[in-house]
Amino acid sequence: MAAKKPAERPNASKEELLKYYREMLLIRRFEEKAGQLYGMGLIGGFCHLYIGQEAVVVGLEAAAKEGDKRVTSYRDHGHMLACGMDPKGVMAELTGRIGGYSKGKGGSMHMFSKEKHFYGGHGIVGAQVPLGAGLAFADKYLGNDNVTFTYFGDGAANQGQVYETYNMAELWNLPVIFVIENNGYAMGTSVKRSTKSPSLWERGAAYGIKGEAVDGMDVLAVKAAGEKAVAACRAGQGPYILEMMTYRYRGHSMSDPAKYRTREEVEKMRSEKDAIEHVRDLLLQGGLASDEDLKAIDKEIKAQVNESAEFAKDSPEPPVEELWTDIYA
Amino acid sequence: MATEVLMPALSPTMEEGTLAKWLVKEGDAVKSGQILAEIETDKATMEFEATDEGIIGKLLIAEGTAGVKVNTPIAIMVEDGETVSDSPAPKVAEAVAPAAEAPASVPAKAADPAPAPVVAAKGWPHTDLPEGPTKTMTVREALREAMAEEMRRDPNVFLMGEEVGEYQGAYKISQGLLDEFGAKRVVDTPITEHGFAGIAVGASWGGLRPIVEFMTFNFAMQAIDHIINSAAKTLYMSGGQMGSPMVFRGPNGAAARVGAQHSQDYAAWYAAIPGLRVCMPYSAADAKGLLKSAIRDPNPVIFLENEILYGRSFDVPTDPDFTIPFGKASIIREGRDVTIVSFGIGVAHSLLAAEVLAKDGIEAEIINLRTLRPIDYDTVLASVQKTNRCITVEEGFPVGSIGDHMASTIMQRAFDYLDAPVITCTGKDVPMPYAANLEKFALITPAEIAAAAKSVCYR
Repeated sequence: MAAKKPAERPNASKEELLKYYREMLLIRRFEEKAGQLYGMGLIGGFCHLYIGQEAVVVGLEAAAKEGDKRVTSYRDHGHMLACGMDPKGVMAELTGRIGGYSKGKGGSMHMFSKEKHFYGGHGIVGAQVPLGAGLAFADKYLGNDNVTFTYFGDGAANQGQVYETYNMAELWNLPVIFVIENNGYAMGTSVKRSTKSPSLWERGAAYGIKGEAVDGMDVLAVKAAGEKAVAACRAGQGPYILEMMTYRYRGHSMSDPAKYRTREEVEKMRSEKDAIEHVRDLLLQGGLASDEDLKAIDKEIKAQVNESAEFAKDSPEPPVEELWTDIYA
Repeated sequence: MATEVLMPALSPTMEEGTLAKWLVKEGDAVKSGQILAEIETDKATMEFEATDEGIIGKLLIAEGTAGVKVNTPIAIMVEDGETVSDSPAPKVAEAVAPAAEAPASVPAKAADPAPAPVVAAKGWPHTDLPEGPTKTMTVREALREAMAEEMRRDPNVFLMGEEVGEYQGAYKISQGLLDEFGAKRVVDTPITEHGFAGIAVGASWGGLRPIVEFMTFNFAMQAIDHIINSAAKTLYMSGGQMGSPMVFRGPNGAAARVGAQHSQDYAAWYAAIPGLRVCMPYSAADAKGLLKSAIRDPNPVIFLENEILYGRSFDVPTDPDFTIPFGKASIIREGRDVTIVSFGIGVAHSLLAAEVLAKDGIEAEIINLRTLRPIDYDTVLASVQKTNRCITVEEGFPVGSIGDHMASTIMQRAFDYLDAPVITCTGKDVPMPYAANLEKFALITPAEIAAAAKSVCYR
């Protein structure tokens, strides 16, 4: 992973940097709140937090246009917030309430928004990869220039269906961007304990797919790589792989004691590579924002997250009739 | 020494074919590997090669002859200097004795009419067919016509699968579709079921209506995660925002002599899953009417075909708007004494059993379920209330069968009408054996169905 780059001249405007700061902070505060609500028993089952990886989705969403699609795994809260889904609806889904995006019937891992072109939220590791290529297949068939961001982790990268999909995506020249969020650990198994491949993106070369590794803790680097991939994809050059080198600060899920890595490793990453601190530094050191400006944003985000939590607590549980709806269209 | 050249079996289920063209003439010297003739099966036109060198002494079957049974002598090969008259007359009767005939050690069942041709449903009440003109077509043609009509109707319907395009379909179901609709809509895939099933589900979310052909449903086990976790559950998990309007189709169940990994009936597996629709046609009319409904349906539909039925002919309404609704069984034969509930090829076996039973004065009522999700319980229960006896017939394994579910439903909803326990006739609880005699024992037979029907009639 590249070293911390605090004070270089950013290739982004003040407005852009403030936007990324705000969006990343929203994800982090939202996830912290979700962790709290889980601890209080208001969220059940599995809950996988995105804390640490915020720059990946925020940077890539900055490269997307209306009509582009996204699909991901079960660690999906960040993706939903980044593509503009309402935090209230996401949080209420986490609490299993009627106000949630899936009326409380999907939960943390299974959420969708047709309006925002967010196609889940998938609980089966790697299954979203052909699904994402299928969305891209539809766009190509329909003759538009949309692209699909198909996110998966370093763990899913060892699933066979990923390579079945690479093969067909390149064969059929599908407008799909495969985003490998390499946070170093597939649950408790580190990348070096699961593969001898020196890098994951290079596996695409076997199918003729271009790609690159990206500093996934640097939102500007992510955005630049995303723009390059999107441009190639929209120009009809077929799929592209972006391996985002990132890190999750929290456990795999809420029930993960994280004994497979040291506290020091996590602390080092937090203090040296944190994506939000990076943008904060750029804003402050570049004289683009004051401490007070950022505090005001922090306050605003906190209020927004609290509002979503209140909504998620107040929204009623789905009525019993909902058990029997939405099975067939 | 003259030798006979016999009509070859060119597929596991081929019983006869057309000798389309001779590529040699009498007196020609041929070498091993030389192409002698083109033979047309119901699946494809195949080249037939000499396995030995020699001289074509006589061509016994004229080119263009249809319905030439497997193992019929079609030519006589002689050695150099020899003529046909030098050699003994070919023993045609011996030559046509099918290899699959049960060996003497197998207890013969006199009543077992299995190899006899299926009697068409004509003459029996066929309450599902609307009034109007019909034409005769095979199940294969009916499936093809259904796809072609629906592809003409909706530009977002497309077919994908292994060998569906340039090869014209492994079982010729998609023959001609590539020519009409082009490679954009008839998509040949690599051999990668898990991957292309997932891509198809994604495409259905993206606004298309995929028809996924599995070369057989045995291979769909590689893809079952996408069928169930991705296709069947998404409408529910998304709170109704997005479903998967698509069809998964292909041959299901046993063909002939293809062994354990290619001979499983998945009816009960898929019928267990909420969110799926499951069709299992018997006749060509079922095939056409149900497949058109399936393609138009906004839900993921499992469409279980049968290779042995592909070549059988039935009457099909010519009305282009003919469809069969889901959840509506047909009473394919009326009777007062016992209800036989079946679907798919089980209906064919049941019809044969009913003929046998009729000779003993037992009139069976046969219900063709046609769809297994939803199931038309009302038609079954009404029939049981009339006959007071019921057996179920399917090819699948016995544990957790459709018959088990039906028996339990009948017990719960019509217990007082039953004069005998419901008997569930199924395939045997064994992986499908390869040996011809063992395979016969593993499959449900008309004789077993007739015996079960007699048993519930206490006869």
